[in-house]
Amino acid sequence: MSVWDVFNGKTRFLEDNMNVDKFVYTLGHGYEKFFNGLKEGKIIASKCSECGVTYLPPRIYCEECLSEITEFVEIKQNGVVLGYTIQNVDKDGRHLKEKVIWALIGFNGVRGGIFHKLVGVEPEEIYVGMPVKPVFREERKGSINDIQYFTKTV
Amino acid sequence: MKLPGTPYKNEDFKAGKIPYVEDKPDARYQFSVGIAMSRFLEELRKGKIIGIKCIHCGRVYVPPRTFCSYCFKPTSKWVYVKDTGIVNTAVVSYIAADRGRMDKPLVVAVIELDGASPGMGILHKLGNVDPEDVTSRKIFGKRVRAVWKPEEERTGSITDILYFEPVEED
Amino acid sequence: MARMNINFKNRVAVIGAGLTLFRRRMYETSRELAWEAAKQALDSAGLTLNDIDAVVFGSAPDAFDGIHMQGEHMTDAAGGYMKPYTRVYVGGGTGVFTAIAGWWHVASGLFDRVLVVAEEKMSPVRPHPQFVFHHIFDPVMDKPLGVNLIWIFALEMARYMYKYNIKKEDIALVSVKNKRNALDHPAAQVAAEITVDDVLNSETLVWPVQRLDISPVSDGAAAIVLCNEEYAKQYTDTPVWIEGVGWSLDTTYWTNRDLAFPKYLYYAGKMAYKMAGIDNPRKEIDVAEVYDPFDYKELHHMEGLQLARKGEAPILTREGVTQRDGDLPINPSGGLLGVGNPIAAAGLMKVAEIFWQLRKEAGKRQVAKDPVTGLAQAWGDLMQIGTVVIMRV
Repeated sequence: MSVWDVFNGKTRFLEDNMNVDKFVYTLGHGYEKFFNGLKEGKIIASKCSECGVTYLPPRIYCEECLSEITEFVEIKQNGVVLGYTIQNVDKDGRHLKEKVIWALIGFNGVRGGIFHKLVGVEPEEIYVGMPVKPVFREERKGSINDIQYFTKTV
Repeated sequence: MKLPGTPYKNEDFKAGKIPYVEDKPDARYQFSVGIAMSRFLEELRKGKIIGIKCIHCGRVYVPPRTFCSYCFKPTSKWVYVKDTGIVNTAVVSYIAADRGRMDKPLVVAVIELDGASPGMGILHKLGNVDPEDVTSRKIFGKRVRAVWKPEEERTGSITDILYFEPVEED
Repeated sequence: MARMNINFKNRVAVIGAGLTLFRRRMYETSRELAWEAAKQALDSAGLTLNDIDAVVFGSAPDAFDGIHMQGEHMTDAAGGYMKPYTRVYVGGGTGVFTAIAGWWHVASGLFDRVLVVAEEKMSPVRPHPQFVFHHIFDPVMDKPLGVNLIWIFALEMARYMYKYNIKKEDIALVSVKNKRNALDHPAAQVAAEITVDDVLNSETLVWPVQRLDISPVSDGAAAIVLCNEEYAKQYTDTPVWIEGVGWSLDTTYWTNRDLAFPKYLYYAGKMAYKMAGIDNPRKEIDVAEVYDPFDYKELHHMEGLQLARKGEAPILTREGVTQRDGDLPINPSGGLLGVGNPIAAAGLMKVAEIFWQLRKEAGKRQVAKDPVTGLAQAWGDLMQIGTVVIMRV
């Protein structure tokens, strides 16, 4: 006879939440360069002098050879859609009036890319490889949102 | 040797000199208490402490659990233990769970309940104990008894026991 | 003692080590910190990432730095890009456990050269890591009582003091020694020249635990490079061999444990001693880095490791046996109490210290005796695991 047979009572539940105020993520040396660039309307990557790989967002080390990276370069802002998804519902599952397109944007000769919104593009016309460019905000403060969105290159 | 790393001071962070992003987690959890502990909590509501016995090795576990970690077999016999026990160890807490100072120090202890196997302690508060009796270690090895909440206020929680207090002994 | 009858293919050597500074708040991201240590370890061994076959990474609860799947997050920084890569986790015991996991990667013959990296960032969680520690406790028995992490240590310390009639003054000597030792450590966060009175007069948090009994909250990273015998002979004239490893866990029902004696460590130590063929640890271990997040824990752990009889560690400490120039130097690095406690990184820092001590590369921290056999140990999970590595030259 198991304990469960002896006790046919109800299982109880307890609730708790992880009550921390917040997490503070310092930018570190790589992201700091990247965000400072965005503030100036530039996209900054880092380039390994040993293997020549260019990283976006920039890293201070090379994942191929683990060398230190000290060369930061501004890249051309014309990119292409590497992948995309169309958001129909919000995080609570409610239908959105206007669909949101999210895309991973790649840049020529660069490893990595930028994940951002795509605006001014109809869901039907988007395709992998579509040329796009960033639209920067007027007021910038060093954040990924300094880029308002990406849009198609005309 | 100079080691790598860039320390920063909290003052500089507060002054806005340190670039950062932030996020607030909102993780909520619901724990199933399980078979053994559901019964344990139900018994607390009735003002009783229940343990469980492994019929293979004879150990009486408090709090109860569905298997014996020594024999690795199911435990099968519910047994009530007393609401008295011996203080195994005790301390005086001046800080709360969030590291803030408490208004009044709190004495907490590991108590080995009478009727449980040796070493089967539980954590609880001690009441009517002077912090002096802890720091002088007078309370160590002394018998204490549970002081329960009035029955109508009990909810089936470890806090249905308000605290343990010393038993007057001759 | 007969050596443990265990089959392993290769002897494993430590051939390099690296550290970052240990500090309360570091500006680098977790990845940047880990990379600094990993890179330095490779450089010190004279290797490049191309030479590395596999990577083991360790860090403690993700809830400190607020990045879940921390292991995966760290892959590139730890040198694990497109390599067999593993994250291990046993709470505070993680640092030494990463070395143990690295050991079995090589000892098994599966890999020849392995990079082992441990990193911790505790500064991101606000207002204080205590808020996270609260969630390691049992939600039914412990949490409703408002349990504080320090309660569990204080209760253990009080039981230890009660059972063996130990004076707080003798325990405070550990803090004094370790903070002083740390003055010579380049990573040290809280090195200081203090007195027993300073400890006894510091703020009482949960009697008997006072502020200066406790190691700080820290950010930092550490790394070592391991390889098999064939490569070790090729790379270095001074390999340090890992001769024994051990680990063991006590019950998670912490109130059901023997709080005066760390059984989990007794069993972990026994396993490691048997593997290393050690009969008399007190005589055969020349230098040890035992886990000291609290001063009493150094004493507790010495006894669990049979480096002292039960209740004897405070006496050895009072007599100066555990000083750098003593017969059994303990925590010549300065330990967690002096160097700091970026959890997983602190454990691996201890392994690195024994590596440097046995190679006689510890500089001002070098122990007076000529050490041949050393031991590094950590402790963690819900204060229940002992992790042990024994090294020899």
